Amino acid sequence: MSEDVIKAEGLTKVFNHNLVAVDHINFSVKHGEIFGFLGPNGAGKTTTINMLITVLKPTEGEASVLGYDIAKEANAVRNIIGVVPQEYTADEDLTGYENILLCADLYGIRREVSKKRALDLLELVELTAFKNKRVQTYSGGMRRRLELTCGLINRPKVLFLDEPTLGLDVQTRAATWNYVRTLKKEFGMTLFMTTHYLEEADALCDRIAIIDHGKIVVVGTPEELKESLGGDIITLSIQKDVDITGLVKKIEHVKEVKKENGSYMIKSENGEVTAPLIIEALRKEGHVVTKLSLMKPTLDEVYLQYTGKSMRDAEESREAVFTQRMTVRRARR
Amino acid sequence: MNETSNVSKSKLHGLWALTNRELKKWYKAPVVFLLTIIQPVIWMSLLGKAMNIGALIPSNIPGVDPQAVLRATLGTGDYFSFMAVGMITFTTLFTTMFSGMSVVWDRRLGFLNKVLSTPVSRSVIVLSKVLSATLRSMFQAAIIITVAILLGLQFGAGFNPLNILGVFAIIFLICMGMSSLFIAINIRSTRIETPMAVMNLINLPLMFASNALFPINYMPDWLQAVANVNPLSYTTDAVRQLLIFSTDYARLALDFAYVGIFAAIVTTIGIVLSWRFLNK
Repeated sequence: MSEDVIKAEGLTKVFNHNLVAVDHINFSVKHGEIFGFLGPNGAGKTTTINMLITVLKPTEGEASVLGYDIAKEANAVRNIIGVVPQEYTADEDLTGYENILLCADLYGIRREVSKKRALDLLELVELTAFKNKRVQTYSGGMRRRLELTCGLINRPKVLFLDEPTLGLDVQTRAATWNYVRTLKKEFGMTLFMTTHYLEEADALCDRIAIIDHGKIVVVGTPEELKESLGGDIITLSIQKDVDITGLVKKIEHVKEVKKENGSYMIKSENGEVTAPLIIEALRKEGHVVTKLSLMKPTLDEVYLQYTGKSMRDAEESREAVFTQRMTVRRARR
Repeated sequence: MNETSNVSKSKLHGLWALTNRELKKWYKAPVVFLLTIIQPVIWMSLLGKAMNIGALIPSNIPGVDPQAVLRATLGTGDYFSFMAVGMITFTTLFTTMFSGMSVVWDRRLGFLNKVLSTPVSRSVIVLSKVLSATLRSMFQAAIIITVAILLGLQFGAGFNPLNILGVFAIIFLICMGMSSLFIAINIRSTRIETPMAVMNLINLPLMFASNALFPINYMPDWLQAVANVNPLSYTTDAVRQLLIFSTDYARLALDFAYVGIFAAIVTTIGIVLSWRFLNK
C-alpha cells in the first residue's frame, strides 16, 4: 500500500453547471498526519470534504481514501472513515449516550460492542458524567466532543473534521484541540480537517493547504509556509547614525537588510539565532544596539502573501450561511 | 480487533435506529405527542358531531325518513360514523405530509450529510422516514377508532373484531404510499418553505376530492373523475367496508388492490429517487 492515505487528482465540483466550487485540485495526505485545508468561508473546503466523505460526487477528477475510489467504491470508503461535520448533528432530545449508539447503528456495529466503545469514548472526552443528560443541556464544547465520539465509533482509519471549532470561544477551542490530539494518539488515525481559523491550522496541522476560490494556492508545513516568506524579521536601531547595511548582510542566515526611518529591517531565517550574532558583530565594530525586536511571521502573513488579501469570506450560498449561523448559535449556548 | 466481526452485514442495518430516532422526537416530546392525539379528536367532534347532516333532512314531511335518506346516500344511517372513518384518512394524510418536511430539516441541520457519510443504504434513509410516519399514523388511527367508538360509532352488520386488522393493513399501505410521495417531492429541496407550500397546496384539495367527507356519487362529474382516482377514496372506502358497512368483499378487494399498487409504485419511486438524488 502506498503511503498516501488520501489522494486527489484533478478533483473538481461544479454546481448547477456554472458555479465552480472546487477547481481541479491535487493533493495527497500521508499516513498519520493532520492535514488541514485553510481558507475563508466559501473557498471550497466543505465541498472538498463532502466529496471525500462520499456525500457529493465529483464532477471531474478522482480521489481515493486508502486506495478506495470515492465515487466507485463509496461504501468501502464509508466503512473506514469517521466524519465530524461542521454542524451539530446530535439529536437534542436524546442523551449523549443514545446519540453515540445511534451513530454506531448507522455503521451496523453490534450492540454489545458499541455499548462498550461508547462508554470508552465518553470517558476519553470526559463526558461520562453527562452521558445520560439530554444534549439540549450541553455547552458548545461538550457538543463538539460528543460529535467527535460519534465520528470515532467505527474506529476509523481516517477522520474528517469540518471546521472542528466553529463558533467556540478561544479557551474551548484550545481544549477541543487537545481532545483531537488525544484521540488521534489513542487511535493512530490520519486526520483531514478544514478550518478558517489561522491559529487552529497553525496549532493542530502537520501540513496545510491554503485554498482560495476552489484552488489550492500552496501546500506545506506551517513552518515551511512561514519560512517561504523569507524568514523572521529583526528590527534594530543603533546609537550612531552610520550605515551598517553592508556589515549586517555578511552575517550568516541574513537574507535582506533595509533601512527604514532610522531603524533596520533584517529578514533572516532562524531569527533567534541570528539576532545575537548581529549584536555580537556590531559590538565588535564599536556600535551600540539600542533597540531590537524579533518577529516571527504568522499564517496571517502567509495567507496575505499567497492569496493577495487577508482572510475574508467569499460569497456563499444561502443554505451554507444558514447552517453556519445555526452552528455558531448552538455553540455559544 | 477484527472490525468485520463486530459489524452486522444486513443491507437494512440502521433502519430501526433511524426510524426510532424519528419516533423518539415525537413520543419523547409530550406536547407534540399530546397534540397529535388531540388534533384528530377535535376534528372528529367538530365535523362529525357539530355538522349533523341528518338534521338537514326535514323529518316532518310524510314519506321521508331521514335515516333512510342517509342510508341511501352515505351507506349508513349515521353521518358521524361516516365522518369518523373519513377522519382516519384525513389524519393519515396530515401525518405523512410531515415526513417530507423532516427530510428537508435533516438536510439543513447537517444530519442528512452525516448519515450519507456512513455505510447506511440510501434506501434505508428514505424507508426510515416512511416507516416512522406509518407507525405514527397507525397509532393515531387506533386513537381515532377508540374515540369514535366511545362517541357512538355504529358498526355495520356482520362486523367482526378481526376487521380492525384489515383497517390497519390498509392504513399501513396508504401511509407507505403517501409518505413516499411527499418524500419524493421534497428529496431535492433545501428550503423548508417548499414542503410547506406543497402541503398547503395539495392537502385540502386532496381531502375534498375524495369520499372522506362527502359521497362521490353526489359530486359534480369533474370532481368525481378526480375522486375516483384518488387513493384516499379507496382507503376510506376500505375502512368503511370493514367498520360501518355490511362488508362488500368485491369492493374491499378492489380497494386493497388499488391502494396496494399505489403504495408499491410510489415507494419504489421514492427509493429510486433516493439513489439518484441523495448522491449529488
